[in-house]
Formats: sequence, C-alpha cells, structure tokens
Amino acid sequence: MIDIFDIMGPIMVGPSSSHTAGAVRIGRMARTLLGDEPVKAALHLHGSFATTGVGHGTDKALIAGLLGMAPDDLDIPISFDIAAERGLKFTFDEEDLRDAHPNSVKMELVGRADRRLNMQACSTGGGRILVTKLDGVEVNFTGDYHTLIIQNMDNRGSLADVSTALSLAGVNVASMNMSRSSKGSNVMMILETDDPIPDFIVQLIERQPGILQVIHYKKE
Amino acid sequence: MNLDSMKDILSAARQEGKAFWEIVLETDMKNRGVSRMESLGKMAEAWHAMREASELYTGERRSVSGLVGGQGKLMREYAGANPIGGEFTAQVIAEALSMGESNACMRRIVAAPTAGACGVLPAVLIPLYWRDNLSEDQMLEALFTASGIGAVIAYRACISGAAGGCQAEIGSASAMAAGALVYLRRGAGEQMCHAVAMALKNLMGLVCDPVAGLVEVPCVKRNVIGAVNAIAAADMALAGIESRIPVDEVIDAMGEVGRRLPVEFRETALGGLAATPTGKAVKKQLHGDKKKQRTLTIKDSRWKLERSEEAEEPAVKDSPKGKKGS
Repeated sequence: MIDIFDIMGPIMVGPSSSHTAGAVRIGRMARTLLGDEPVKAALHLHGSFATTGVGHGTDKALIAGLLGMAPDDLDIPISFDIAAERGLKFTFDEEDLRDAHPNSVKMELVGRADRRLNMQACSTGGGRILVTKLDGVEVNFTGDYHTLIIQNMDNRGSLADVSTALSLAGVNVASMNMSRSSKGSNVMMILETDDPIPDFIVQLIERQPGILQVIHYKKE
Repeated sequence: MNLDSMKDILSAARQEGKAFWEIVLETDMKNRGVSRMESLGKMAEAWHAMREASELYTGERRSVSGLVGGQGKLMREYAGANPIGGEFTAQVIAEALSMGESNACMRRIVAAPTAGACGVLPAVLIPLYWRDNLSEDQMLEALFTASGIGAVIAYRACISGAAGGCQAEIGSASAMAAGALVYLRRGAGEQMCHAVAMALKNLMGLVCDPVAGLVEVPCVKRNVIGAVNAIAAADMALAGIESRIPVDEVIDAMGEVGRRLPVEFRETALGGLAATPTGKAVKKQLHGDKKKQRTLTIKDSRWKLERSEEAEEPAVKDSPKGKKGS
C-alpha cells in the first residue's frame, strides 16, 4: 500500500531523495546506533554515492546526519562547518564494497566516550534506507519500525527472554532476525516492532544474562 | 480503499457522495492509523513547506556544480515586462524554475512526487492561490487530490526517473497538478480524470537524461513544461474536451513505455543531453576537479552561520542570451 506522503513528500533539503535525504537518514541512524556524539568518522563511498555523491551533496548530507540533523534541516549544506565547530573530524574515500547496492556507504565511527561502530547502509530510493552490516555482522533493517539491536552471547534461551519481555509490555514484533559470524560467536538480534518499546522493557532486557548490549532505535 | 485505479476511486466517491480528495484522506487515515486532523495537519505541513520555499527564494544561491541558480529570479523579474503568455503564465514559469532551482541548490522543498519534479505542483498552485484568493482548506483538498492521482500512477506505472524516465517524474507531477487544478475550478470528477490523462499523454516518452547525473540540467526547466502542460490539460478538460483513451489505460501505457525505455534514458546519464559533447564536457570538468565541487555558494541571510564563500566561476557559463531561458 502506497503512503500518500511518499507521494506528497518527503519535505527535504534537495537535490535528491536517494542521494541527499536518504544519506542524511543513514548518518542519523549511525549516530543513534553509536549512542554517543561522534568525534571521528571514516566514510567509504561505494557505487553511485562515490561517483555522483559530491554533486548531490551526499557527503554533506551524511555528515549532517552524523551531527543529528533531519533530512529537512536547512543547515545540511553547511554541515562541514558545523562539524568543525562541534569537533567531528571526518574523512571520505571511495571503496568498492562487494555486492553492495549502488547507493552504499560504510562508516567507521568513534564517539566522545570512545564508543565505536562500524556500519554499512544503503539508500534504496525516496529517502528510504537499509542498514546492511553492523560491526561486521550482516543485518537487514530500515528504521521504518521501532527497532531493538541486541548483542548477546550465543546461549540457549536468549531469544525467549527477549520475546517474554516484549510480550509483557504488549509490544507486537513485526519482524525478527538473528545472525552471527560463526557458531559460538556473539549473536546480533534485530527486532522490528509495531508498537513503541517502553524504556523499562529495554532495561529489563539489558539485565538478562548473556546480553551484552541493547540499542533502541525509536521510529521517527 | 486501495488507491490503484482512478475509475474505482471515482466510483467509490460517487457511491458515498464524497469528493475524490475525501476518499484519499480517509484511505490515509486508515493506512497510517491516524485521525482526520493528523492527516490534514501533515498535508498542511507540505503546503506550508511549499509556500516557504517560494517565499524565501532569493535566486542568490548556486548549485554545487554551478550549472543552476538565478533563473527563477530572472523569470520573476520578467513576469512584469509584458511576457508573451501573460503575467500569470510567466509567474507559473518563474515558480517552477525557483522551486527546481531551490532543490538543486540544497534548499528545502517538498518532493512531489520526486525531488527532481518538486516544482510542478507549487508552480500552478501558489500563483493561483494568490490570484483567485483561494482558502487554505481548498489548497489542502487540492493536494489530497494530487496525492491520490500520484498514488495511482505509482501503483500502476512508476514515479521515478530510474524506473520510467522523466515522463514518470515530470509527467506524473504534471498529471497530479492538472487534476488538482480541475478540482480547484470545481470541475466534475470525470473532467479531472480527462485532465490527468491529457497531461500524462502530452509528456509520454520523455526521457531522463541528467547532465553529469545531477538533478540540474535539464531537470529544473523540465518543471516548467510540467506546470504549463498541467494548465493546458486542466483548461482543456474544463472546456469539455475529453481524452479518448481512459485515464487508467493512459497510466498503464506510460508504465509500459517506461519499462521499454533503454537504460540510457533512465537517469543513468548515458544518453540524451547527458551524452552531448557539452554534457560530457561538464561531467569531465566536475569529476576532474572534486575540490571545486565542494564549494556551494550560500548567501541567504537568515542562515544561522553566514559563511558565504566567494562564488566560483560556473562550470559552464550561460551566454547572456541563454540566460533568459534556453
């Protein structure tokens, strides 16, 4: 079903919904997942992002997103200046990310409190995005839902603990995805939910045995 | 109600004794699970963003490549100088240029249905709003009408240049605008459908051939033909002229033409104007000097940070003659 506000919208800073608005959203998503004020960012542009990105302001848009701006923020074109003021140092280069969507970027981030994140994402059109890799693990989520990104040890029963906590709060899970790089290695659990997830439920999940980290992305 | 057929939406509207736009509004309320006020409020945000983009336009800014900027300002000035098509048409042209240019120059716009075609709807709606003293409610209803038309086109055909060429972007925007205009003139539902069909037919086959792959040349000026074509289609429909091919069939045909367009003409910058010697030279120049591309001229005084950089030489200088609207 088509959302009529995908037809009459988004309200955005130009020139391109995929190369500008989508790029802002990728940067903003990375900032949320980092959970910290980014101070260092290495950005690797792939495909069309690499070849026409600068002309479309993709670079400024990605930095704007890392600074927490939304796709309609009038300061997007001067994001480099704002980054300098706020102490975000960044580098851009071109990299061939194998089998990636043409509008892809890989980011290596360091936050003020020394948190680190390695994220790959692509802009799939109309301002929509898809996160494809987190810290080396393949993932698949869009930010169109409330999302929990949970890292846990590869223990039996972790999934049951998480789903019990969510059902306590009456949160309906729209999709769920688990991946790990190998057996026994840490697991990345991605849950997309229809309902907002109360903060106390997130805290409850964090306290379960074997859970290493929980990131809560609230749908915008 | 699925927004997948103009005919079906129209017959549902007739059965329920409602206007086309109300069916679209109710569909949005159901789809997103929101109240009537929330749906109307979101559309009001789009309308205000369009008006704000128009009112804050100064024509001072240049695009990242330097190819675009100032054309809307020239046309606004010319609108008072006895233009051939009359002052209103000149205002419509000026508005289409200003908005397309704003998009290219990283100002805030409303993608309708895409960022590249963002100038078409405001170009016809804003001048009419002022000239005919229309109410804000009427404008929102017109925008719901346009959104419903766009949704049907997106469902049956496509609305992106990469999928269907410029006919899918500017063509769709033009069809949406034509329908909105007929609504604002209190035309019948059938007349609205004829206007949509005629607008889309007139732009069928238009290719997407952006120079250097940027949403600048010819995209900004293509917004003008979308807007002027919408007025012509709406006036024809209001005059009682009908499209011999029914609107849903026209939309399907546009989708079919889009699918069969060679890939060179679908936003790849490999054909059409992008492949001309000048188009290629622009691309080479841009890619050869990446540092220069990073300079964007920003002079709008309302900006928090005023760090206006010196305007660099545009990548391609418009000849004085070309500036008046090539």
